[in-house]
Amino acid sequence: MKLELGKIKIKDIIFANNTEIKDGVLAINRQELISLLAEPRIKELTIELAKPGDRIRIIPVKDVIEPRVKVEGPGGIFPGFIAGEEIVGSGKTHALKGMAVVTTGNIVGFQEGIIDMAGVGADYTPFSKLLNVVISCEVSAGLPQHEHEAVLRMVGLKAAAYLGEAGREIKPDQVVCYQHKPFYEAINDYPDLPRVGYIYMLQSQGLLHDTYVYGVDAKEILPTLISPTEVMDGAIISGNCVSACDKNATYFHQNNPVIEDLYRYHGREYNFIGTIVTNENVTLADKERSSSFTARLAEQLKLEAAIVSEEGFGNPDADLIMNCNKLEEKGIKTVLITDEYAGRDGASQSLADASKKANAVVTAGNANQLITLPPMEQTIGEQSLADVIAGGFAGSLKEDGSIEVEIQAITGSTNELGFTKMTARSY
Amino acid sequence: MSQGKLKIIHYLNQFFGQIGGEEKANIAPLIKEGPVGPGGALNNGLAGLAEISKTMICGDSYFSENLAASRAEIKQMLTEEKPDLVLAGPAFNAGRYGIACGNVAEIATELGITVISGIYPENPGYDLFKQYAYFVETGDSAASMRQAIPNMIKLVKSYFEQGGKLGSPEEAGYLPRGVRKNLFVEKRGSLRAVEMLIKKLKGEQFETEYPMPVFDRVEPRPPVKDITKATVALVTSGGIVPKGNPDRIESSSASKYGKYSIAGLDDLSTAEYQTAHGGYDPVYANEDPDRVLPVDTLRELEKEGKIGKMHDHYYSTVGNGTAVAAARAYAREIADELVNDGVQAVILTST
Repeated sequence: MKLELGKIKIKDIIFANNTEIKDGVLAINRQELISLLAEPRIKELTIELAKPGDRIRIIPVKDVIEPRVKVEGPGGIFPGFIAGEEIVGSGKTHALKGMAVVTTGNIVGFQEGIIDMAGVGADYTPFSKLLNVVISCEVSAGLPQHEHEAVLRMVGLKAAAYLGEAGREIKPDQVVCYQHKPFYEAINDYPDLPRVGYIYMLQSQGLLHDTYVYGVDAKEILPTLISPTEVMDGAIISGNCVSACDKNATYFHQNNPVIEDLYRYHGREYNFIGTIVTNENVTLADKERSSSFTARLAEQLKLEAAIVSEEGFGNPDADLIMNCNKLEEKGIKTVLITDEYAGRDGASQSLADASKKANAVVTAGNANQLITLPPMEQTIGEQSLADVIAGGFAGSLKEDGSIEVEIQAITGSTNELGFTKMTARSY
Repeated sequence: MSQGKLKIIHYLNQFFGQIGGEEKANIAPLIKEGPVGPGGALNNGLAGLAEISKTMICGDSYFSENLAASRAEIKQMLTEEKPDLVLAGPAFNAGRYGIACGNVAEIATELGITVISGIYPENPGYDLFKQYAYFVETGDSAASMRQAIPNMIKLVKSYFEQGGKLGSPEEAGYLPRGVRKNLFVEKRGSLRAVEMLIKKLKGEQFETEYPMPVFDRVEPRPPVKDITKATVALVTSGGIVPKGNPDRIESSSASKYGKYSIAGLDDLSTAEYQTAHGGYDPVYANEDPDRVLPVDTLRELEKEGKIGKMHDHYYSTVGNGTAVAAARAYAREIADELVNDGVQAVILTST
């Protein structure tokens, strides 16, 4: 499976009469996009732009998505949602770099996040560096929460696919080629290098905790193999923003940094041969089964080492440690990526489960750290929700419009795919 | 920090405070002007920068047997004196002395005063109080005083010279405090993971970013002798609260718990109860709050005589992202109240 990923650098985004890309500027026909997204369950939908440095706060954020388009090869972007179920990951795909679609709207649960485009909060979210097309979507009254979430999820995917289309005929600024070979060939390419893999854990615990693989709710999958190039075509998407700091927005899946960095030393230091997706379900039986299947797949691939990335915290710490234990027991060396909930003072133990075998851990930081976000000039969404979202508390929103919250409320701040440069140390 | 010479208070036990040995371990806290015992060398080493203005001395037995009173006295003294820094010990491997130094550190920390001390890493005072003091590592006995004093002086100097900030334990020379602090580094997490993997594969030295903690394991209690006579309480971390969440318990990282009456209730109705928890799918708990807090079942068991009585109040907090230290503090208070209220058994429900 070979994918040429063409990157089109977007320098600015504007509203105009035609949706098109000219000289790196994405023009958007706002009305056309609004009409495309309309459906009976949506009461109101508005689209605004938020650019790096703008004194804009977006709250509560559901998802962030990079516009992409399938230019050549089977299937289409976001299989199982926008495109059909055909296998993606080969041919050519164009990605609109430096920008994203952000979805917001009245709160579904307590769990959605904050993106500040300026001020200290901007340092903690990678999405403050992007040109964002922000879609605020209000649904009709009385819509059940699960449906509410599903409506917003589809709005984001549809908008990203629509904007991605504008890049279909554009010559990319950069083309990167990724190849994922059949295992027999992959192993024979570098027979003398150690075989490594990637264990890709997906949150799958219910409302605002779900992830989808080719349209299938990940809580219903058995751990399976996936090509990294399929992930780049949107085979994994997010329905997930609970404690937004460590949830993988769709953007993170599309740009999975573990995959990218594993390719970096592939063929030199090791042979990166396989990626296993697994879930994080709520019952012990599911956890036992999924971790056993994951370890068995890793053994069948004859992996010698693997990176395991967690999504979320607390309950999924048990999945992380089970995966680690079962892999290490089979002699497969692991490096885990997690984040921490060490309390506001940093003095409590950081994880809900532990193992002596977990001797190689990368941390994306302590999510309980308090931060004061300065007032912004404009809010897209509703600031008062800062008091109830995960990481906020009664009185989070101050009279002057500043917000005191734990960084767990900031979208992507402690991303466990290792997207950011934050870490934590013992002092 | 004040201008001129900085003011230090030094804490010592009866032995190092030159009062006497074990026979004097029962003396109550007393204060002497200027440095005493090892304080002399510390004071000399800091000459020109800071000065030990007073030395507080307390017997080790007195401290442990009169903990509340000792702590109160130390707190009062520190409040009055307002030192720029507190020195304690070094305590080496003397257990009670180490714990006393730790207590002093905890009190000083509450007052916003930094504490520098010295301790042997296996002294229980280190593990119990490590987040409250910068402990220089010492040997297990006073024979290592000669190394301990210069190390403490060095740490005090760098503390003052860097405007009250110290680098990492390795850089500055103190034992890890177990306090996790965020920082931004040069490489993103995924690349750090890949590079760690390469080292692990090659059998090279690598450093984990999070050394695994050792967890408490709670021993199960013996069974209740006669459950048909017992008062049973419900306590949950699943966030079930009266509708509207009157105490505004946070959806994550809860700073409090609630206590609510269920006297006479047979069932938690969806009109009157909900979950405040942000860490699980709340739809099913909101459809029927008894799914998380089984008031209906317990009331039936009470009516059938299978339990003595359901306690009239339940306690609720949100377990999502809540620090262990916070959870432990709530549990201690809740347990005390339940014991006082004559409850013999508790059903803990999580989510």
